[in-house]
Amino acid sequence: MSRLSVRKTYKLFIGGAFPRSESGRSYVVTSAKGEFVANAARASRKDARDAVVAARKAFPGWSGATPYNRGQILYRVAEMLEGRRAQFAEELGGPKKAAAERVDAAVDRLVWYAGWSDKIASVRGAANPVAGPYFNLSTPEPTGVVAVVAPADPLLGLISVIAPVIVTGNTCVVVASENAPLPAITLAEVLATSDLPGGVVNLLTGHQSELAPWLAAHMDVNGLDLGGVEDADLALKCEQEAAENLKRVFRPASEDWSLDPGLSRMTRFLETKTVWHPVGI
Amino acid sequence: MTTSLADVAASATTLRAFLHGLPGVDRVGADQRAAMLGTRSIKTTAKAQAIDLAISMVDLTTLEGADTHGKVRAMCTKAMRPGGGAPRVAAVCVYPDLVAVAAETVKGSGVKVASVATAFPSGRSSLEVKVSDTALAVAAGADEIDMVIDRGAFLEGHYLKVFEEIVAVKAACGQAHLKVILETGELATYDNVRRASWLAMIAGADFIKTSTGKVAPAATLPVTLIMLEAVRDFRDATGRQVGVKPAGGIRTTKDAIKNLVLVNETAGADWLTPEWFRLGASSLLNDLLMQREKLATGRYAGPDYFTLD
Amino acid sequence: MAFEYAPAPESRDVVDIKPSYGLFINGEFAEGSGTPFKTINPASEEKLAEIATATSDDVDRAVQAARKAFGVWSALPGSERAKYIFRIARIIQERARELAVLESLDNGKPIRESRDVDVPLVAAHFFYYAGWADKLEHAGFGRRTTDGHSGAKPLGVAGQVIPWNFPLLMLAWKIAPALACGNTVVLKPAETTPLTALLFAEICQQADLPPGVVNIVTGAGETGAAVVAHPDVNKVAFTGSTEVGRIIARTVAGTDKKLTLELGGKAANIVFEDAAVDQAVEGIVNGIFFNQGHVCCAGSRLLVQESVQDELLAALKRRLGTLRLGDPLDKNTDIGAINSAEQLAKIREMSEIGDSEGAERWSPPCDLPEKGFWFPPTVFTGVAQSHRIAREEIFGPVLSVLTFRTPAEAVEKANNTPYGLSAGVWTEKGSRILWMADRLRAGVVWANTFNKFDPTSPFGGYKESGYGREGGLAGLEAYLDV
Repeated sequence: MSRLSVRKTYKLFIGGAFPRSESGRSYVVTSAKGEFVANAARASRKDARDAVVAARKAFPGWSGATPYNRGQILYRVAEMLEGRRAQFAEELGGPKKAAAERVDAAVDRLVWYAGWSDKIASVRGAANPVAGPYFNLSTPEPTGVVAVVAPADPLLGLISVIAPVIVTGNTCVVVASENAPLPAITLAEVLATSDLPGGVVNLLTGHQSELAPWLAAHMDVNGLDLGGVEDADLALKCEQEAAENLKRVFRPASEDWSLDPGLSRMTRFLETKTVWHPVGI
Repeated sequence: MTTSLADVAASATTLRAFLHGLPGVDRVGADQRAAMLGTRSIKTTAKAQAIDLAISMVDLTTLEGADTHGKVRAMCTKAMRPGGGAPRVAAVCVYPDLVAVAAETVKGSGVKVASVATAFPSGRSSLEVKVSDTALAVAAGADEIDMVIDRGAFLEGHYLKVFEEIVAVKAACGQAHLKVILETGELATYDNVRRASWLAMIAGADFIKTSTGKVAPAATLPVTLIMLEAVRDFRDATGRQVGVKPAGGIRTTKDAIKNLVLVNETAGADWLTPEWFRLGASSLLNDLLMQREKLATGRYAGPDYFTLD
Repeated sequence: MAFEYAPAPESRDVVDIKPSYGLFINGEFAEGSGTPFKTINPASEEKLAEIATATSDDVDRAVQAARKAFGVWSALPGSERAKYIFRIARIIQERARELAVLESLDNGKPIRESRDVDVPLVAAHFFYYAGWADKLEHAGFGRRTTDGHSGAKPLGVAGQVIPWNFPLLMLAWKIAPALACGNTVVLKPAETTPLTALLFAEICQQADLPPGVVNIVTGAGETGAAVVAHPDVNKVAFTGSTEVGRIIARTVAGTDKKLTLELGGKAANIVFEDAAVDQAVEGIVNGIFFNQGHVCCAGSRLLVQESVQDELLAALKRRLGTLRLGDPLDKNTDIGAINSAEQLAKIREMSEIGDSEGAERWSPPCDLPEKGFWFPPTVFTGVAQSHRIAREEIFGPVLSVLTFRTPAEAVEKANNTPYGLSAGVWTEKGSRILWMADRLRAGVVWANTFNKFDPTSPFGGYKESGYGREGGLAGLEAYLDV
């Protein structure tokens, strides 16, 4: 008699813990063929609110960590991900070779971003030669708490939107791909075992249309990545809501995740701080 | 002096602690404030008032090795009657050995005789020499003594030594007023200018003076600004008013008026008299007279019309 | 001895104000379709000129002209664009006094500031960005643009709306980088201060700038709204209130328009017990009374360490007693006129709220002229973070004084605002400056100085103070497809 498998309960990831939705709700996740795979937690607006609180709480520590430390932690995430390649490939489903390549690309993407932690300031900062007796230096700084609506691509896409946000010191609340949320929760398990402080990344599964507007309107969220919103009306609504506290918005865009990502996903959620000081004796 | 500052010079330690506890001076900010005040536009009636005020504040100075009785007498004559109905200057300033001739010449005119003493300009001699240098000048009839501080001791941090020298010279002055020359060009930083100002005032200076005129930079606007802040704050703290004398490098009417603006907007109107503010200068006087003439006649003046004594 | 400065007015003869002005579209002045409005001298309420109002049809014509010119302008070699912009910079220097006088007449700011700050910075800004025009490939904006091409491409037509506090300087901040990057512009100056922008249009003509590269449309808020909403505008840049910034962000939502906003502020100017006190006092004065406090980055909240508050406030009040308020054209004026009756009413209202909330109001003895819009330099002490005068932008010569005990408390109070444009720190301790600068959530931190600006230095805010930067390398990003 074959052994009955022990299934995993897919929960949310908030503040480094794995709670169920406070609403007690879940929704059915199916495979490409329409078969039942799991019941994913269906996060509510209150879960989103809790996730923002966790992200805000984590912000001072994470943004205050040295870039070297952040880079090491992101690299550690890549190491942990590498160790679970088979699991992720299986969760992605589809042809095995293609799935494995997507997982490898996700690991490589993390490694790429990890290295940016202590280089972005050199590339995006500047020593400004002002016309006067002043030392004047511009440095990029993280915007704060960023809400991310993740794209449909459940792993490479997800990594490609989380990594640029957190590598610079932001913390985030991520709404995972609605149809393929399970790799996000497995990724949360990776994050939880990678020395990433709790609350830096918070993952919500559920309905994009239910969660995104609350995050877009939240007055303690500083940035909004709408890259994964495919419904133009929803995107419009979210961007309009985001105007209330002047969130920095990354607009929906179709992306080829295999390309060089460029800097735009990092720079969108960076502020430039310029410090002046007189030069004298 | 109120009790709050009486104990400051009780020991080298207390004096040092006090001077180092004074607020710092940001050089760039001080320079900008002085430069901004330098943009004040003083025209027409205000300019006329300023020119006469400036003339009345001049310490007409000659401090050359080649100074003679004749040179000093000529300068004193001009000091009393600069010409064109201009007011007399505040004082003449000469070396100690020429005080007697200066005092005799200006006698009864109201023009004071000031003398640089204390091994001017370097101050590199013993306290005994400095005190006797001072006593000599006072005995010869000097109303005011312009002493130099020991910049070497100051830069070494031997503030008490500088303090005690000022006290000793002040004692030797008797009734004569004591102007203490900081030689700010050698103190190098504005923090030092502020400390030296307070040091001199605590030690009993009646005036603090920027420079000997023998070291560049001399009386820059920011240095005068800092010294004006010092006398203002000193009066607030102790109730005693101390005068300020920028000297060296003030050559034009514009320079002089900038100084008056500085006084007006820093220490205030109480200092805008020859009793509390002086301009140590020589060639400045003729430029003031030329500008005065221009205001009176509406024509630009020429140097041939002004005496060169 | 009292020393009164005689009046020293700058001559008005250098400016030649026409009775009426049209719109500047496609290189020519044209009638506006709306009802003209008048612009006045806020120091005397005298009418200066009649100004055309651009309707949405007029704005459309301007955008079309800019669109047509975009093809020509963006195709020019960068080195040629640079030379046009250098020409503009030089003409501004040649006509500097004229621009300064006109700015002071229309805006009410002291001639000392328009002459020594605004206009020199305007010329410097054009000079700086001119030099970028043929170096954009070296600006380092990464490998890929959104259309997959490498390199730095302009966006197209920029719609720009600017405020009345630094009319010509804000024009320079908008137009210089836009043109350098190869964009064309439709700019709307503020309703109360259109004259220097219209003189700038003449400067464009003198520089032989191709028609349509710069278009100036005058009018009130509706004109600005038409610029922002125009479907053929690719880029919107706005400087002004956070309230209007929000509306603009909503308007451009769902479009492809790139948006930068430079909005309000409520900056903390933090003075520690070891500060260079005389320079700190100057910094406080410069922070809140520069340009009558009509400055988005004004140091409107003074945070002073409790151990020195008495001495500092005494020194500050003594200093305020020397401020000279009056005729903006007098070269000795420190505080000019409030820009408009509306703004004066707002400042009065906020100050009355300060009174009613229990803060203590103080002003130096100060005679206000009878005609025109005036408000004395004002200090409120005993202010708490919960007071509205500590939270809301007053945009006038009104300082709110709060206290703190420790550096951490100073940071906490400084950051306790929805704004994040600027901050000031005064201390002689270097490590503390850097510690504070790290933690202050503001786009510009002035340490031991305040209200300093330079074309090479990025300026812009965190949080509700807007997004994007103007100035420096960062200022290019707003006008490139990167």
